[in-house]
Amino acid sequence: MEMIIENELVKELANKHGRNRESLIPILQDLVVQNRFLSRQDMVDVARELDMSAAGVFGTATFYSFLDTEPRGKYVIRICKTISCTMKGKNEILSTIEEILKVNLGETTPDRKFSLLETNCIGWCHKAPAILINDTPYTELTRSKVTEILREYIKNGDRKI
Amino acid sequence: MVIEKYKGMSIKHVKRVDLIFEKVSCRDILVKIMKMTPDEICQELLESDLKGRGGAGFPTGLKWRYTAQEKDPVKYVVCNADEGEPGTFKDREILEQVAEKVLCGMATAAMAIGAKMGYIYLRGEYKFLIPKLNEKLMQFHQTMDEFNLNFRIQVRLGSGAYICGEESALFESIEGKRGEPRNKPPYPTTSGLFGKPTVINNVETLVYSVMIMKYGAAHFKELGTKDSRGSKVFSISGDTPKAGIYELELGMSVFEFVQEFGDGDTKAVQVGGASGFCVPRKKFEETIIGFEGVPTGGSMKLFNSTRSMYNVLHNYLDFFSEESCGQCTPCRVGCQQLLKGVESVKRGDKTSRYLDELVKLAKTMKRASKCGLGQSVGNAFGSIVENFKEEIIY
Repeated sequence: MEMIIENELVKELANKHGRNRESLIPILQDLVVQNRFLSRQDMVDVARELDMSAAGVFGTATFYSFLDTEPRGKYVIRICKTISCTMKGKNEILSTIEEILKVNLGETTPDRKFSLLETNCIGWCHKAPAILINDTPYTELTRSKVTEILREYIKNGDRKI
Repeated sequence: MVIEKYKGMSIKHVKRVDLIFEKVSCRDILVKIMKMTPDEICQELLESDLKGRGGAGFPTGLKWRYTAQEKDPVKYVVCNADEGEPGTFKDREILEQVAEKVLCGMATAAMAIGAKMGYIYLRGEYKFLIPKLNEKLMQFHQTMDEFNLNFRIQVRLGSGAYICGEESALFESIEGKRGEPRNKPPYPTTSGLFGKPTVINNVETLVYSVMIMKYGAAHFKELGTKDSRGSKVFSISGDTPKAGIYELELGMSVFEFVQEFGDGDTKAVQVGGASGFCVPRKKFEETIIGFEGVPTGGSMKLFNSTRSMYNVLHNYLDFFSEESCGQCTPCRVGCQQLLKGVESVKRGDKTSRYLDELVKLAKTMKRASKCGLGQSVGNAFGSIVENFKEEIIY
């Protein structure tokens, strides 16, 4: 018989959000906050906990770009690539971040601290260019401003700047 | 209320209005609304001619009345805060500054239709708003208890899917599924969230509903034009020295708008974001911003002569190719083919005549796509290709 190892975090989140279908996305969102991504095992465990198919969980998770199914760093940097930010120097900000973290777009640093991703309009067009680091927006970026922000994260984590 | 940064900035060519960010006592407004019958609330809204401020422009009063007429004992009020249209950022500011008015608007809708439960669907990109919003929600629920009103609101977060701003996709997402739009009809007024009659309104629409209850329909109607009553919050970005959020009276022309917000070198204005229309300089004077001309959910992007309209179009098509939910073929394949198509014309792999084929494809998408996303890709595509053909080809 297959041994089922209890997934304490999934159980705890199901207790918090409920075990209905409408609890699924809040559970997945909290898992991403905790682990920075959804592992296959976590998705199977969520399916078991909510009594639905693992394919159903996978299908829902992969629909949403913020529900990562690949491992990400502790800090996920999402750089806005929509037109206003592009017009105001998004590429310069992107190359600055790539230089500082020594990663390319889509990659995670070897120490698993930072992932660098692109995203669509994040609603700061009047203060472009803008990025999100996890949930925190940073706007009106320049090369020097983004360098300073990243230095702070490298040194102190997400303590407010 | 003037947003801090823009204090003292002179506005000459357009009329500034102060309804959305005006600080008001929501308690006083609720007391007034509680004396009205559901029918009176709907009637007041109908008389105001308020149309939805999310972009589609359906008359708000009708939406509420249709839902009120449904017999189902369970109904919902949903606030659409999944602001994702490129160039739109006003709902974030409204929620940051006057969230209590949004909640009050939801309570008003709840009284009009007889709902006990409401949801705010907030885009994941605005998660940082949650702590402050929760504080306001706690106060709101206390007020509900105090007034003996049985209405509760929950916040649900999106997770980075533009399509969830489409109302039926939004319902699917709250229900815990992929955000894929449903077939219509049935409309939300009869079968919305969890299959129940639902009023779903944009953040800004809810606040206008509150202000109409406060000042009366007649006051609201004094502003704007026959087809576009009242005012609207605009999100202004791109090549402008005055980027920001402005509440303006409806009915201005693009010309007046550009005189106010342009940098002296404006060649085009994209009205309504990626799903909206591109207005070139030669059409500034004849084009009215509103339901009689080009409608907008608030997104206004200015482009000056240094910008390549090919890059603008490419950016939009890239956006749609990523954000199409993939459910229906015209939109899924159409977005990708439009993107590939303009790339091959630019490279010279295809002749300029191929653009006519692509315009036809965009028209087919308008007719055959299931929801507003696929139906509106042709707006930007058609208007940019038609007016800036040489920039797409060379």
